[in-house]
Amino acid sequence: MISAKSRSCFSDLMKVSSGRRLGSAMVLMAGSCLVAGCITLNAPDKPIVIELNIKIEQDVVYKLAPDVQQTVAQNKDIF
Amino acid sequence: MAQAFDSVASARLPVVRQMMAGAVAAGLLALGAAPAMAQDRDPAYAAARAAGQVGELPTGYLGTVGSVPAPVARLVEDLNIKRKSVYAQHAKEQGTTIEAYAFTSGCLQIAKTAPGEKYMGTDGQWHVRGKDKPMRDARCPE
Repeated sequence: MISAKSRSCFSDLMKVSSGRRLGSAMVLMAGSCLVAGCITLNAPDKPIVIELNIKIEQDVVYKLAPDVQQTVAQNKDIF
Repeated sequence: MAQAFDSVASARLPVVRQMMAGAVAAGLLALGAAPAMAQDRDPAYAAARAAGQVGELPTGYLGTVGSVPAPVARLVEDLNIKRKSVYAQHAKEQGTTIEAYAFTSGCLQIAKTAPGEKYMGTDGQWHVRGKDKPMRDARCPE
């Protein structure tokens, strides 16, 4: 079981870490694998928050687009 | 000067506003003054765009590509100040931020680039506009 946990930890590690952080992340992951197990190391819910932000801004952009188009047409010299 | 609007904008404008714009333009012409709006690009600006010295940024402003002659850099600075002034005025009317208004404009400006002109893609690199759709932010409208 320990070896199975270690392997899933390592695959998570490969996805998450990159570059110089690999070394320190490896040590951290190895420690957490031994002490707490890998189940607690799920992907954070941050990406969901970012997606929501994009959606809100996209709504704003769509709403503004007709007015921006008119503004640009009236100021051709600077666009 | 109704013909000065492009077809999309004129389709959106109420008839009354078009008539008013025409009356104002006619009045200005009668007084011998040039109409303040819908002038074409300064020839130096048009040349810098065509030469690829100036490109459109996703932020709604112009950028200089690599090192450019000082007059071109000044031109870009001047145009960006004018753009910001226009963005600020309309953003206030629309109850939004200058950044959001400018970003929306950036989407449209990049979409409107002619083949051979430059724009900055979502990768932060300058691209030469080809026949295909440009690389734009996912939030940009079609």
